[in-house]
Amino acid sequence: MATTNQIIVNALYDDDDVLLAGVKQVREKGLEIQEVYSPFPVHGLDKAMGLKETRIAIAAFMYGLLGLTTAISMTYGMLIIDWPMNIGGKPSFTWGENMPAFVPIMFELTVFFAAHLMVWTFFFRNKIYPGCKAQNPDPRTTDDKFLMEVVSSGDTEELMSLLKQTGAIEVSVNNAEHA
Amino acid sequence: MFEFSSRLKTISYVLILIGAISVGFSFLAGGSDHHDEASHGEGEHATTEAHHSPAASHAHGHDAMPKTDDFSYHKGASRAIPKNNHFYTSPNAEHDAEHAHHQEQNKPWANLLVNSFFALAIGLGALFFMALQYAAQVGWTVVLLRVLEGITSFIWVPGLVILIIIVTGWFHLGGNHVYHWMAEGIMIPGSENYDSIIAGKEGYLNGPFFTIRSIIYLAGWIGAAFLLRKMSLKMEQSGVDYNQNWAKMRNVGAGFLVFFAVTSSMSAWDWIMSIDTHWFSTLFGWYVFSTIFVSSLTALMMVVLYLKGKGYLPEVNKSHIHDIAKFMFAFSIFWTYLWFSQYMLIWYSNIPEEVTYYMMRFDEYKVLFFTMVALNFIFPVTILMSRDSKRNRGFIFTAGIIILFGHWLDIFIMIMPGSVGASGSVTLINMGTLLGFVGLFILVVFNTIKKAPLMIKNHPMFVESKHFHI
Repeated sequence: MATTNQIIVNALYDDDDVLLAGVKQVREKGLEIQEVYSPFPVHGLDKAMGLKETRIAIAAFMYGLLGLTTAISMTYGMLIIDWPMNIGGKPSFTWGENMPAFVPIMFELTVFFAAHLMVWTFFFRNKIYPGCKAQNPDPRTTDDKFLMEVVSSGDTEELMSLLKQTGAIEVSVNNAEHA
Repeated sequence: MFEFSSRLKTISYVLILIGAISVGFSFLAGGSDHHDEASHGEGEHATTEAHHSPAASHAHGHDAMPKTDDFSYHKGASRAIPKNNHFYTSPNAEHDAEHAHHQEQNKPWANLLVNSFFALAIGLGALFFMALQYAAQVGWTVVLLRVLEGITSFIWVPGLVILIIIVTGWFHLGGNHVYHWMAEGIMIPGSENYDSIIAGKEGYLNGPFFTIRSIIYLAGWIGAAFLLRKMSLKMEQSGVDYNQNWAKMRNVGAGFLVFFAVTSSMSAWDWIMSIDTHWFSTLFGWYVFSTIFVSSLTALMMVVLYLKGKGYLPEVNKSHIHDIAKFMFAFSIFWTYLWFSQYMLIWYSNIPEEVTYYMMRFDEYKVLFFTMVALNFIFPVTILMSRDSKRNRGFIFTAGIIILFGHWLDIFIMIMPGSVGASGSVTLINMGTLLGFVGLFILVVFNTIKKAPLMIKNHPMFVESKHFHI
């Protein structure tokens, strides 16, 4: 993401409340927060960072519809067209007449598609799919520390002192290569 | 403190009056029907004959596959065992005529049972939900507890009506034959009413035991509601150890949940499933519970929305509303899951003694049956699916009305076919009685709500609930 001439400052925090307050202060100054790394979800952080609301619900709905369609075409193809079977004296001539028997399949595949594809969407959208290079600038954020990446648009020194004031325990210029 | 406005009080009185007129009229109309019982009986017989003939017609076509999707085929199959199918068929026309006469007489009683059970469901579900909040020491619902207490105070009203229906049925008063197994001589061998299958259930289904059971259920529920209310009011007094009081309420709540687990299922078998005495479903208790729970959560939502609209409950924020709406959405799906599980197993196994239950509903109640499924599943799911609609009063209110009416219709479909037969349909009398119970609900619930502050400020979880945010 980082263009070559953009300087990014890392601020490390050891408390989620301090981090949240810091995020708010930085945003009030009109500075751009590139990313925040945290070992656990911090309540209200997404709002404070001004992140857009997730659209994964819409994706999940689409995946569910896809699963439902798959289940309908699968039962139709297998049990009506290809190999009609008379199970328990139930009519197998039309899909509609046998529909109640297919409802569990429709339900399960809807849930299966929605759940699994949603997980993979989440992985790819957040670049944490298997084989992906770790983006984390500081391994301590997987334990008990929080890290905020701020894009420096002007005086880097001033930004660093501001971040110190917000309660950061370490502030440094990010030299890591960003994907 | 909530003030019961005189306008709302007037509305509730008017609704109660409408209900009283409807009930009174239903009993008067039921009485006048005695005169044409003979002709009615014949008519009923003719229709059963008409159903009979297609069953015979399939017999000659041995070369062709039987049309198994034809309901009359199943009817024919089940008629092969007359004693299994006592209710819908019988060898003599006189017996049929008697049934038809009873079914006509049952109408006012069945109407009362439908409405009082629906009303009871709302109070009982709220009590379950409230006990759950204490047993699990839930934080977010504290701002709703006083509203729940108000709703639970309503249980005794429909409970009393149900007891009246049971006792009049036991002593054959007022033409009450809602419970077919209470018929005279039905368990006495040699009697013309004798039914061997029903007689086999005598150990469980008999007047005294049935009445005692019903009294135990109601006493337990009303007692638990009273106890939780009393302990909750203790939170308003000074010099009380609030934490200890809360811990004690946890025990009461947990104890009640055990009692409720047993009695909710048993009351469903007793009061509703025993109407179709031959038929049974092991899922029935859960199925009725899902109706109870989703109706009461919806009623809770409606009361909360009303109070918020009047400027009360400022502590109830969007997150609380969102979470109750999630409950409405989730338990609508839960209801559908149980409804379908019961339906599909019976449809698939196609055992005559089981499948008659759904044939009655398919043949005679088709429109209501499918309307009910649409109202209870398709509407709530589509309306309440998105996050935004769960936070929008208009959407929630629309979904709430649909869910409440849908579950009223669900109870209607559970009770009517077995008690009044094929002639049941939603009439103005049913709607009027429903309005009467709504009036009683408003009167009793808001009278309780106004007696105590709307917020339990000394509840240990109050602050957490006030700051609830999702």
